[in-house]
Amino acid sequence: MTEAHAGGPQPWADAGLAAALFAIDPHGLGGVALRARHGPVREVWLAGLRAALPPDAPLRRLPPATEDARLLGGLDLVATLDRGRPVASRGLMAECDGGTLVLTMAERTGEGLAARLAAALDTGAVRSERDGLSQTSTARFGLVALDEGAEAEERPPEALLDRLAFRLDLDAVSRGEAVPLPYRCEDVLRARDALAAHAPPDEALEALTKTAAMLGIVSLRAPLLALRATAALSALLGPGITAGEATEIAARLVFAPRATRLPSAEPEADPDPPAEPPVPEHDAETQGEPTNAPLADRVLEAAEAAIPAGLLERLAAAGQRRRGEHGRAGAERDAFDRGRPLPSRPGPLNAGRRVDVVATLRAAAPWQALRQAHGGAASRAVRLRASDLRLRRYRRHSASATVFAVDASGSTAAARLAEAKGAVELLLAEAYVRRDLVALVAFRGTTAEVLLPPTGAPALARRRLAALPGGGGTPLALGLEAAAGLATKLSARGTDTQIVLLTDGRANIDRAGQPGRTAASDDALASARACRARGHGALVIDTGARPRPEAAALAEAMGARYLALPRADAGVISAAAVAARTQ
Amino acid sequence: MRPAFPFTAIVGQAEIKRALTIAAVDPSVGGVLAFGDRGTGKSTAVRALAALLPEIEVVAGCPYNSQLGEGADLCAACAAPEPETAQVPTPVVDLPLGATEDRVIGALDIERALTQGEKAFEPGLLASAHRGFLYIDEVNLLEDHLVDLLLDVAASGENVVEREGLSIRHPARFVIVGSGNPEEGELRPQLLDRFGLSVEVTTPTTVADRIEVVRRRDAFERDPAAFQARWAEAEADLRAGILAARAALDVTAVPDAFLETAAGLCVALGTDGLRGELTVMRAARAAAALDGRPEATEADLRSVAPMALGHRMRRDPLDETGSAARLERAISEVLG
Repeated sequence: MTEAHAGGPQPWADAGLAAALFAIDPHGLGGVALRARHGPVREVWLAGLRAALPPDAPLRRLPPATEDARLLGGLDLVATLDRGRPVASRGLMAECDGGTLVLTMAERTGEGLAARLAAALDTGAVRSERDGLSQTSTARFGLVALDEGAEAEERPPEALLDRLAFRLDLDAVSRGEAVPLPYRCEDVLRARDALAAHAPPDEALEALTKTAAMLGIVSLRAPLLALRATAALSALLGPGITAGEATEIAARLVFAPRATRLPSAEPEADPDPPAEPPVPEHDAETQGEPTNAPLADRVLEAAEAAIPAGLLERLAAAGQRRRGEHGRAGAERDAFDRGRPLPSRPGPLNAGRRVDVVATLRAAAPWQALRQAHGGAASRAVRLRASDLRLRRYRRHSASATVFAVDASGSTAAARLAEAKGAVELLLAEAYVRRDLVALVAFRGTTAEVLLPPTGAPALARRRLAALPGGGGTPLALGLEAAAGLATKLSARGTDTQIVLLTDGRANIDRAGQPGRTAASDDALASARACRARGHGALVIDTGARPRPEAAALAEAMGARYLALPRADAGVISAAAVAARTQ
Repeated sequence: MRPAFPFTAIVGQAEIKRALTIAAVDPSVGGVLAFGDRGTGKSTAVRALAALLPEIEVVAGCPYNSQLGEGADLCAACAAPEPETAQVPTPVVDLPLGATEDRVIGALDIERALTQGEKAFEPGLLASAHRGFLYIDEVNLLEDHLVDLLLDVAASGENVVEREGLSIRHPARFVIVGSGNPEEGELRPQLLDRFGLSVEVTTPTTVADRIEVVRRRDAFERDPAAFQARWAEAEADLRAGILAARAALDVTAVPDAFLETAAGLCVALGTDGLRGELTVMRAARAAAALDGRPEATEADLRSVAPMALGHRMRRDPLDETGSAARLERAISEVLG
């Protein structure tokens, strides 16, 4: 093994190796998620990748807002008009067959685009059923996702990351470290030829799969990708590296960024532990067990060594990152769905209107014979008149969101936290029917916490809510501020937002986190008025054992509907929530 | 398109395999929904199903997959005085994301309109899926109006097109199969219970199973043809089993006692309407037929109830128990 590949984490060396491996087997390895700011380090890496890729292989850039017509292909308007018969355009993914697609600003990729890319990565083909045309094209490309996310939660969708073998983080690499990448196109082409002869042995497969399981990597794509990385490594480094060493490096590259836990403290040093349940029907295949146990250990060590410090801290954040992803995904729906399409209508082509090409051609089609006969020069293949123009229309479904702020303090917990949860669940069920976004804020003790940023998956909210413990003081002001902050962000994105506050109204922790009933109440009322000033629709559900004036006063300050839970049966609560939204 | 991974070579995943085979035996169970995490092989299972389905007889060249005499006035092939028939594989049509409505339901044939000035209907994916399966991966990402439209057609068995001066109505009976990842947004409940069966797909948890999954996938990718050949016998056996079960469906009895227990279970679970009971009955009958038994038993009820009823239970906001646990409880209460 060369020095560059040994030892602990060496981000730049690994990044160079990943670029070469990707160039060897772009489609097999899925791709690379490159987290780095726009800058010289990233440019050096990209230049190195271009130098490693065969010059004749296609390389295309794909911005995250690319429309389906360009991504999947469809009717080619210019050619269709020119030739007088429908001509298909191939779409970006099909054009990239055998090459590399570079997804820019990958952290802003919506679920729709991610799912389309994922389908092509899985099947090696693109199916397009658009504009009256049906096409299937091979699209065996590799994806380089340029992730410029600044915050931990800004990152490409998990559906995409899961399919890319490598995740590189170059933000920690300094400009001085970023020397030109070592592998050239000749090395890559030689390795491509050798790839078939370097299938990893079965023990590598077992070692990789076990290692992935021990690191808490659930998706089985990870060991498969690591296996292909092993083959590419052996093909690249030839006789200079044993199959075992290739497996270790592959594990380090593919597994380290995916690990969700460290393996248990006591490694199974015992060669024949009943670690896995005995599976009789696999007897024949598991006979190689004793010899591969050491490889599995070594592979695990290699992956572990590359796992960055502070893994556990990162893991705590991982849940948040995932949640962040949902929130962002919900907000970015716009790129692909512009509401429910309505039938196209004739009309003048003003700025901002989009022509429905197919409908326009269809409108023109029946008249062609007539127009050809009567229209002098036969230079134009299709004769379009202004009256043929058909314009796209959409009915935009105005998104709406509900921010739930749940008082989980001791007084509420004692009285009826369970019922408050039930009421929220009922509203969640409704949000689910309407595909609304929901967000969840809980406050207790001295803090308010965003349990769930805006998401389109109310089941997550339900789960988080079920796990919510009760007890402690009532920082009502903080809870309201947190909810209002979320609501304001949502409104800024054009979402109708309402706040549903569940509390008994008995604040006893002020805005600064200090106990004191009077200051706490004043702060809560001030927050409530601020909330009203921002114009959010609101509903206050009094969760006290019996209705209290505090909660009613709070509702008034918020300009909210007030509902006392004791009398609030299921129907009343949902009717009130609907009313609050439509106010 | 790469060749499909053999259905029988899928490790574990008993639930989704069972649900798909049941739908293959009796399409009237009304569709299958598979929800689960990433990389669990949902779409692998659905795409593998195609290889197991027997051939169907169609009028040669008919774009609607018509049986002889079924669509006499729809296409030139069927309208011929003596239409020829052909054996074709049962269609399994993949509905890709980004499909436009004109391709799904069919529209004016623009090529013929432009080049020949003829107003002709070009059938869409719904016509191609007639008498087969229509598969939607990432069903939760498909636009709502398309999902509504698909479920309407799947329920009525007929596609009605009124657009661009065309007025067409053609049969479109297919089993709708959807898959998705619940983390990427859930399906609206009113769509949920329009699928006959619903299963949750999870990644195998034992290391031995996981290794086997990776090993088979790797072997398949290295040499798809050899891998398929290795599983050809198992595939043929299952295909024969499905055919035999179809033939036996009419003579597989569903005793009154079974129906009573099934009704009791539905009441205990608070599933609305008769669809739940009907689906349980049909699924249990298909399961019994697959196992070569003359009548559906309580064991069949136990095995199909989760997939047939789990997604139909009324949600009780004040009940913290998950649906699986509630189902289990109800089954043990009703069946003892």
